Amino acid sequence: MGTAEGYDPAVWRQLSEELALPGIHIPEQYGGAGFGMVELCVVAEELGRALLCAPYFSTAVLAANAILNAGTEAQKASLLPDLASGARRATLAVTELNGQWDPHSIELVATPIANGYHLDGIKSYVVDGHVAELLVVAARLPNTVGNDGLALFTLNANTSGVERRLLESMDPTRKLARIDFRGAHAQLLGDLNDGAKPLIRTLDQAAIALANEMVGGAQKLLDSAVNYAKVRVQFGRTIGSFQAIKHRCADLLLDVELAKSAAYYAAQAAAVDDPEWPALACLAKAAASETYLRVAAECIQLHGGIGFTWDNDTHLWFKRAKSSEVFLGQPSYHRELLMQRWGV
Amino acid sequence: MSKMSEAEVRTEVRTWLTANWDPEMSLVGWRSKLADSGWGMPHWPEAWYGRGLPVGLTRVVEEEFANVGAVGAAKSGVRLLAAATLLEHGTDLQKKKFLRRILTGEDNWCQLFSEPGSGSDLAGATTRADLNGDYWIINGQKVWTTSAHHADHGLLLARTDWDAPKHEGMSFFVIDIKQPGIDVQPLKQMNGHASFNQVFFTDAKVPVENLVGRVGEGWKVAVTTLAHERRGADGLSAPSKRGSRTGRIYVEERAELETANQPYKWYPQRAGRVDLVIERAKETGANTDPNVRQEIARLMIMAKSAEWTARRARAAQQQGRPQGPEGSLGKLAASNVARAAARVHTLITSTEAMLTGSESPRNGIIAEILVSVPAVSIAGGTDEIQRNIIAERVLDLPKEPRFDTGPFRNVRRN
Repeated sequence: MGTAEGYDPAVWRQLSEELALPGIHIPEQYGGAGFGMVELCVVAEELGRALLCAPYFSTAVLAANAILNAGTEAQKASLLPDLASGARRATLAVTELNGQWDPHSIELVATPIANGYHLDGIKSYVVDGHVAELLVVAARLPNTVGNDGLALFTLNANTSGVERRLLESMDPTRKLARIDFRGAHAQLLGDLNDGAKPLIRTLDQAAIALANEMVGGAQKLLDSAVNYAKVRVQFGRTIGSFQAIKHRCADLLLDVELAKSAAYYAAQAAAVDDPEWPALACLAKAAASETYLRVAAECIQLHGGIGFTWDNDTHLWFKRAKSSEVFLGQPSYHRELLMQRWGV
Repeated sequence: MSKMSEAEVRTEVRTWLTANWDPEMSLVGWRSKLADSGWGMPHWPEAWYGRGLPVGLTRVVEEEFANVGAVGAAKSGVRLLAAATLLEHGTDLQKKKFLRRILTGEDNWCQLFSEPGSGSDLAGATTRADLNGDYWIINGQKVWTTSAHHADHGLLLARTDWDAPKHEGMSFFVIDIKQPGIDVQPLKQMNGHASFNQVFFTDAKVPVENLVGRVGEGWKVAVTTLAHERRGADGLSAPSKRGSRTGRIYVEERAELETANQPYKWYPQRAGRVDLVIERAKETGANTDPNVRQEIARLMIMAKSAEWTARRARAAQQQGRPQGPEGSLGKLAASNVARAAARVHTLITSTEAMLTGSESPRNGIIAEILVSVPAVSIAGGTDEIQRNIIAERVLDLPKEPRFDTGPFRNVRRN
């Protein structure tokens, strides 16, 4: 967290080589472990609980799923094994300076050239964008609007015309970058027919994985608050014996359990390709976002003064909770999308 | 008998039904046969109107009954809570006297626990029972008594020792409701229904043989009743559905259910009617209001998540984990959902929320939601009690200091 890279490469190696986690959901023919969304979400929940600093969400959840959803057979075979093994870090760049997650809002232009495309524009809020070696970029063909003309492109981060800058992020455990593209040479990922579809699918999967990551963090904070309430003594009694504290803890437990159920249910629905799963992605993301932030704020409050200190780690989860709340779209965005997807 | 396989049970009950089931019998006549044969309550002991089957096999019996449309033993109201309590704590004389008429439906029962002065704190009851010769003399008041106005017997929790600590000074009785010392008055609720009663006792009498359990052990007995109540052994009853459904017995069954279900008619509204929210938004055009859309989404997210949480709890139970205080999470979630639903319903209804009855949307149903929902977070253990249970038994937080120890006589009360 304290380094420029933002994570410990030794831990990333261990997580990749000993546990093979980056490829848990990648099919075996592309070097992965061959599991699916449920297992990916189990990992996400544990990483969220531990608040692990590692380029996992960017590489495994965003980039690998984008390649799985959009890539041709040849592209999957050439790109995925290095992501599955953890040898190469990657990310997906969607959002631009306007901070919108709706694919309609993408303005970055991909101009066809003889052997590929030139990318021109600016991406921002790119998770691990400063360390990723492979970039997957959402862009649109010249003179297109809405979902028409959208597609995904890949390029090496060291391609000329790519300029990356680490942003000063609220959440120090998840690094964000701004990436400027000036005529950067990229390859089309998959094809141009309905290019928005694999992008939306990737974002929906990411929302579910993020929801699971968030409930892991929320559970950790609840445990921390409850444990503290059992040992902290004021007025001659542990503060956990006051109903004012007990009732809040009970309410938080209920919130966390409900958000967990939504996150688990959405993961299972996505794993079996239930037609309702994209709507459930919105539901789970909105539920987890509100719960995580509420639990984080309450956890600080239940700790009292010490909860506001830098030395008490609660603030790290609080900052992750806030950045996760808006990452991939804030709750109101997902609630509206849920209504649309339910046909209301 | 209890060693029978599923197939053997199925064959036996089927054979018995073929020989005995007749929809032209009277309801009581048929249920007498059920009581004698044990098929009405197959998991009850053989000595007491059952067949000693494992609970898991009752499903087989129910299926066979349903296949021919056979009516089951009477199950409505609190009669099964009474039966479960008597089976566990009653004397043989009491079982003989009461159980059969519970199953035949000849006797109706009510539960006399809550008092105006002791709601959440049920063990703080002050209705008194004083021994006088062969009778206990009862004085005091009970409240929230469902169906007391057509009950024959009541399960009564009353204080018999004022010098004992509060949980140790109570005794449990079966009391005859239809006697001069008992006055039953309907209690009208804020939604206009009167599903409950207040019951006043003025020198009412209980014969000594109607004491259930030992003197001073009433709380222990009441806990049995409450445990069964939490498992959902009371409430709405559904009629048998299959078969031709013509015959005298069905006419009698419908009449019985009509009476038994009367107090529960507004219960769907009490739960908030989440099922109507999206329909209502579409029919009023409120679905185009971005603010309403956000509120509906919030509600539906909560309701769906609560539903899935209940499913997770059931799945855990099926894997052998006993149902514990997690039930309190479900109760608390239901309160939150109901309250949110009432709010969203009136948001959708807008100005028409000022109307009620036939003047108002859905012939008064929407208005009834608003004035019924406040019961959810009170009945069967308030939200605050549920939070205590969750905090103490799930999160293992320490108990509050108590101020109600020592002789009950000295405990502060209403």
